[in-house]
Amino acid sequence: MAGEASKQIDSKELWGGGRSPLSMSYGKMMMWFFLVSDALTFGGLLAALGFMRQKYADVWPVSEDVFHSFPFTGDAHLPLMYVALMTFILIVSSVTMVLAVEAGHRMDKKKVVFWMALTVIGGLFFLLSQVWEWSHYIHGTEAGVWEFFHNVKLRGHLVDGTGNMVNEIAQATGVQLLDGTVITGNEATKYFENGVHVHGANLHINEYGHQLYADFFFFVTGFHGFHVFTGVVFNIIIMIGAIQGRYEARGHYEMVEKVGLYWHFVDLVWVFVFTIYYLL
Amino acid sequence: MERDDIIEYSLDTHHNEEQGKAIRKKIYFVTMLLSVITIAEVALGVWWNSMGLPWELVKYTFIILTLVKAAYIIVVFMHLGDERKSFKQILLIPYLLFIAYLLFILLVEAWYVYDIRMQFNWLF
Repeated sequence: MAGEASKQIDSKELWGGGRSPLSMSYGKMMMWFFLVSDALTFGGLLAALGFMRQKYADVWPVSEDVFHSFPFTGDAHLPLMYVALMTFILIVSSVTMVLAVEAGHRMDKKKVVFWMALTVIGGLFFLLSQVWEWSHYIHGTEAGVWEFFHNVKLRGHLVDGTGNMVNEIAQATGVQLLDGTVITGNEATKYFENGVHVHGANLHINEYGHQLYADFFFFVTGFHGFHVFTGVVFNIIIMIGAIQGRYEARGHYEMVEKVGLYWHFVDLVWVFVFTIYYLL
Repeated sequence: MERDDIIEYSLDTHHNEEQGKAIRKKIYFVTMLLSVITIAEVALGVWWNSMGLPWELVKYTFIILTLVKAAYIIVVFMHLGDERKSFKQILLIPYLLFIAYLLFILLVEAWYVYDIRMQFNWLF
């Protein structure tokens, strides 16, 4: 990209006052500094997630086993496919954003509006995907899981005399833990008295494993989703500005570039969330 | 109203149709690269176990692939590669130092707490 920043300028002149030594406007630089501070917030959150993931390595769920549903496919087992699709949507909307910035550098108003509109659509698509994902996560599965003695390691299902899974304590004669151990007789009665049937997840219960796994899901993807929402709102505002010809009159499309920086940052954060929460 | 106290560096970033073509080519290349890396990550996440790969290797592969993706987004999409060297250093050096320090502290501590939990068979 051509511009001030790529010009060879003598450092005496560059730092001699009367100009920005970084060859950058105030607004764009402040957007960068805001993004660094925001990146520290996300870095702290994800580092804390890494801490808990390692501390509870023995009871931490495997994400491939938790996220294996896809809308409109019923019970199909498609591990991580939906999250991968969401990642792809966000990357594509990042691409349309950078194309809008490129069109802005050519003062091509029509193309700027076109690519910004696609970016907004991509952002909305991502947000709706997240709504589905949250809803699915919160509701959980029909079978759920039984937790005994408030111990995340003592989880399993109720079984009857023939070893079939049942939902009611009244029909059950024993307990089968997730590691395969079967408990019957008097011991099972104690389990019945101290058992809770868990469906889905919220900040108190978590069907999928350790409670912190659900807490971090809501906190990290929620905080990121809020950023996406903010980004979509700002993209719409800037798109309206472009339609009205405000940046055409100004002689440059730097506002598109600034809001683009924020939008790429949202994509950047999701790349890390995807790896650290869903893959590691 | 014309203001003469603001230097509009942005007025200087314009390029013509020909330069735009080269830039778009680069953008599409990076798009392909990011998609391929994402697909590879998901495939690895789903099949690493049945392929018999050790988890340690898979884990560091994920981390390296993620850093590659992040670098491409920052350098190409956010145009940090086109900014002045001093600006890159202002942004990246303090951030990377701090995050490396934080990760070092937290992970060392987490490994220790994990060992203690295992040693005494604590759930919490």
